[in-house]
Amino acid sequence: MSAYLGFVRKEALHLLRDRQTLAILLLLPLVQVLLFGFAVRTDVEEVRLVVVDPTPDVATRLLRERFTASGRFQVVEVAPDTRGLELRFREGSARQVLVLPPNVENGLGRGDSLTIQLISDGTDPNSSGIVQGYAAAVIQRWHRDAVGGRGGISIVPAVRMRYNPTLESAHLFVPGLMAFVLTIVSALMTAISITREKETGTMEMLLVSPIRPAAIVTGKVTPYVILGFLNVLLLLAAARIVFGVPLRGSVLLLLTECGLYIVTALALGIVISTHAPNQRTAMLAALAGLLMPTLMLSGFIFPLDSLPAPLRALSHIVPARWFLSVVRGIMVKGAGLATLWQETLVLLGMTAFFLTVGARRLAIRLE
Amino acid sequence: MSAPAIDVRALTRRFGSFTAVNAITFQVEPGEVFGFLGANGAGKTTAMRMLIGLLTPTSGSATVAGHEVTTEAELDRWRIGYMSQRFSLYEDLTVQENITLFGGIYGLSNKQIAERSSELLGQIGLERTRRELVRAIPLGWKQQLAFLVALLHRPAVVFLDEPTGGVDPITRRRFWELIYQAAQAGTTVLVTTHYLDEAEYCHRVSIMVDGAIAALGTPAEVKRDFGAATLDDVFFALTRPGAVR
Repeated sequence: MSAYLGFVRKEALHLLRDRQTLAILLLLPLVQVLLFGFAVRTDVEEVRLVVVDPTPDVATRLLRERFTASGRFQVVEVAPDTRGLELRFREGSARQVLVLPPNVENGLGRGDSLTIQLISDGTDPNSSGIVQGYAAAVIQRWHRDAVGGRGGISIVPAVRMRYNPTLESAHLFVPGLMAFVLTIVSALMTAISITREKETGTMEMLLVSPIRPAAIVTGKVTPYVILGFLNVLLLLAAARIVFGVPLRGSVLLLLTECGLYIVTALALGIVISTHAPNQRTAMLAALAGLLMPTLMLSGFIFPLDSLPAPLRALSHIVPARWFLSVVRGIMVKGAGLATLWQETLVLLGMTAFFLTVGARRLAIRLE
Repeated sequence: MSAPAIDVRALTRRFGSFTAVNAITFQVEPGEVFGFLGANGAGKTTAMRMLIGLLTPTSGSATVAGHEVTTEAELDRWRIGYMSQRFSLYEDLTVQENITLFGGIYGLSNKQIAERSSELLGQIGLERTRRELVRAIPLGWKQQLAFLVALLHRPAVVFLDEPTGGVDPITRRRFWELIYQAAQAGTTVLVTTHYLDEAEYCHRVSIMVDGAIAALGTPAEVKRDFGAATLDDVFFALTRPGAVR
């Protein structure tokens, strides 16, 4: 026991003396939250709209006003024809274009069907899809009011985004960031700190000594578990204070699940370190083998539904995928263990598996 | 005559088709300083790694301090001390922190650690640097410190793998004084080295060539057997390419 405590103390000293790394590890969640929160927004706000209106009249003016009043669009120009639109898109001064037919007012009076063209800047398919949806909704409402009771049945879909009515991207990225940061702190740092001892030769000293490999590993990871929790708290606080991200479910459950994921990531770090001969290999393995899947195959950046079938199948073995749906469930939907037990069970199973594999490899002291 | 501290019989290790250590047999008595010589790649380090339980032998047997080292179950790690070829204390911990860590790993009480570290640091005059980071002290002192840390738990046998590599002659001399002090206190020392002048200080030496022991005895015996004036000459005669053995 005292050998274990001595080991924890030693690891903590390594961590505390390496000020730069410690600063990076503590600032990482804050910087990530701010970066993602301010730079990578998929919210739809102040979309620059160009309206092509060959024959401006009262009806089209009302439509323009509706767009401005929605708070999401900004009418930057009313053009008589479609010439010059290409340039507008290219220089970025327009993200959405609305092409109206001529004589709208008269057409409405006669009950004609109107063809309105919506052209979006498709360079960012996610947000342009959302923009089009909003534009279509504005047009429908305008049309319904303009036509009044006249004409056949009109179907008005009322679309609501449940849990995230304003489509705040912060609500989605905070859980993903948690997975990302914990993977770095737990898996990457564990892998590096174990392989560092292999490189410097201190691992040999430890293996010759009577300390058991299990004590080496648990002693090594203890400070990183604490650091991981600290990161979770910092991240949640930053998300709450800066972006007002809600935490609808149980805090205790959230922290327990985070604890579980920290152990999963640590176990992965141990598995990597038992295979990698040096720090460089361990780092590359952790980056390519863990961080990339955590970003790409967890539903953090790309929605799982939009992945091709083989990749979607592959995502099932990425622990972050399960962790992400748990955290999203708790934070955004306020879900409890009753709905999240399956994901939790998968994570538990993975953790047990990786811990067994890692411990097996470590237990072989004699080559 | 008491039981040997190290008893190696036909110890062999193969890596694939390459035989790194080929059926070596030797005994080391308690309190003896035994020099383990040989060219790079002759198999010294492989043999030593088997004796400290880092490598399983392909065949043969070896006991250290009365315990078989070829099986994990028998191995008595408390009675073995080891100082590796690379300097291997923690550079970002202080002298005292390193001592405390290894003391704790070997199950020493805080009181024992305090007593022994004062005693050991006094021996090499390092008391003043107790609170300094190991990174900051000169290499010669680091090596002595590593040796003392290897002796901290009072092992019966201590293995030193090229302990004086890259160290100046004065510090080397001091290092050997420490080795003698340990041997006089009853610790058995097995030391590998490239410095043949150092080998003259050993009670007995063995010279390994291509995984086998080519010469074994006191420095005087070995020189007489080969009709050579110095161990240097013996070493060259044995390890020169095309040497007749």
